Amino acid sequence: MAVYKSNYGRYRGELTPLWSRFLILPRYAFREVFQSRGFVAFFTFCFAVPFAGLLMIYLHHNLAALKFLNLPLEQLQQALPINAAFFRTGLDWQGALCFLLALFVGPALIAPDLRNNGLPLYLSRPFTRSEYVLGKMMVLVALMSLITWIPGLLLFFFQSYLDGAGWLGENLGIAGAIFLGSWVWILVLSLVALAVSAWVKWKPVARISLLIVFFVFSGFARALNEALDTWWGWMFSLWAAMQNVWASLFGVEIDEHLAVPIWAAWLTLAAGCALCLWLLSRRIRAYEVVR
Amino acid sequence: MSNPSTPVVELQGLEVRFGGRPILKGLSASLTGRCIGLLGPNGAGKTTLLHTLLGFHPPAAGTARVFGHDIRTETRAIRGFMGYMPETDAFISGMTAVRFIRLMGELSGLPSERALERAHESLFYVGLGEARYRKVETYSLGMKQLAKLAQALVHGPRLLFLDEPTNGLDPTARERMLKLIRDIRDTGEVNIILSSHLLRDVEECCEEVLVLKQGAIATYCNLEEERRANRKFLELEIRGGDEASFAAAVEALGVEMAVAGKQRMKIVLPEGIETRDLYRLAAERQVQIRRLDYKRDSLQDIFIKAMDMEVGDHGRL
Repeated sequence: MAVYKSNYGRYRGELTPLWSRFLILPRYAFREVFQSRGFVAFFTFCFAVPFAGLLMIYLHHNLAALKFLNLPLEQLQQALPINAAFFRTGLDWQGALCFLLALFVGPALIAPDLRNNGLPLYLSRPFTRSEYVLGKMMVLVALMSLITWIPGLLLFFFQSYLDGAGWLGENLGIAGAIFLGSWVWILVLSLVALAVSAWVKWKPVARISLLIVFFVFSGFARALNEALDTWWGWMFSLWAAMQNVWASLFGVEIDEHLAVPIWAAWLTLAAGCALCLWLLSRRIRAYEVVR
Repeated sequence: MSNPSTPVVELQGLEVRFGGRPILKGLSASLTGRCIGLLGPNGAGKTTLLHTLLGFHPPAAGTARVFGHDIRTETRAIRGFMGYMPETDAFISGMTAVRFIRLMGELSGLPSERALERAHESLFYVGLGEARYRKVETYSLGMKQLAKLAQALVHGPRLLFLDEPTNGLDPTARERMLKLIRDIRDTGEVNIILSSHLLRDVEECCEEVLVLKQGAIATYCNLEEERRANRKFLELEIRGGDEASFAAAVEALGVEMAVAGKQRMKIVLPEGIETRDLYRLAAERQVQIRRLDYKRDSLQDIFIKAMDMEVGDHGRL
């Protein structure tokens, strides 16, 4: 269909593999997302905590630097040990930033397609509903990975490099906790953000809905626990469930008032994800059938 | 690659239900034309049929084949060689037209550079070349229709589904859209299924017409053959007397007849029956024949005749 011929012509060239098509959506979405200066500034800020962690690990091992800064080595090493709690605190911070990132990017992922009847255009091609959801999810997964487990593992290996193979062997579980803990939170946040985006077409309302899911539900859970003197109210709070899962993975203590049995925490997260997938399956259709 | 003699679409007792309510009632037909029109009043099931062929709605019974591919099992393959222009306003917001069309091309499997190239070409082809760097949401309704056509063409499909392509267009834009459809048809590179409730659109572009009524096939005719046959019919305007009895008597003569209005009827006289027989029957029933014209059969007549018939079982009249 060359322009100069001004005539319709079939395409007979080679096609891209089917499995790779879902990756087209994040490629296009990143360009839209990074067009916002506010987002670029926020995303840059997301690396502040990993950078601070890098500095702390470096200072922890660099005697010359500590002497130069006139800092007492032993006191510092006791006050700020590089252990599971150190990495757990880092993930806590990055987890909160992930939530803000989901708040910024999530509502704009599916809602505009629904508002402008874009889904029939996607789904009339060799592109399935699952691939559509996966593609949209990849936008959040990639951005959140860049600020959670990727810098987390880099810091872990940096510490291992400075402390030696012995430390690596003793603390390999921390690497697993960083990886698994990050992925669980990324999946939960991405699914909730997509489900909200699929059901609430107006971006500001979608953002408020996300806040409600995490904060209002947590407040409700706390009130329920205090009123009935129980712990199962936390099963309404994804945030509390995640805190418990992280504490369990890193093998550190959790605030007593937040503690729930670990099976209950996993059950809450699994139920939350299942609910979001069901909501997405109800909404992501080429056309809604009015029965 | 399918055999060239394979029908474009083959419906085999296709039934679609929404919440138990039958929407398509066991349709059976074999559509073979280069440009096939889907006609019917609103709610006849035209769009549902297109959506079912695209795999949006699962058949409750029966099946359909598109170029020999079963819609139940080969949806992905069918979507690979198909272009779809939806009836409603549909676009991806926040993108320039060229980026939007490129995205659609890539999702259809075109490599990124080829998709960009063809996005530019498609937009020039439909007449949006100068506006291709504008965001689609800023387009007028007519431009959005053209952008929808461009996204349906970008991957060079073998089969094009156009659902009410002239909806909301002014006469100039409508003419332009119909000319584009005819141009695409005449390249011989693609088969078109055009769904519309506008008889003129279908008459101007299509060779075959499938008329739907209440989810069933009212009639299926080859317009080309009808035109070639150049069949003439009589249009009568009558007043007074026993009109119902007159109509029954005319029908009893063995003529093909369609009541076109309260006091109008269209009939095709068979061999051996002449107009004097009609005058005789009218006189016997004190019916006045105010007007009697010879006309050629038009799509409107075929449509009206089909609409007058009662829907029977198995999607046939």
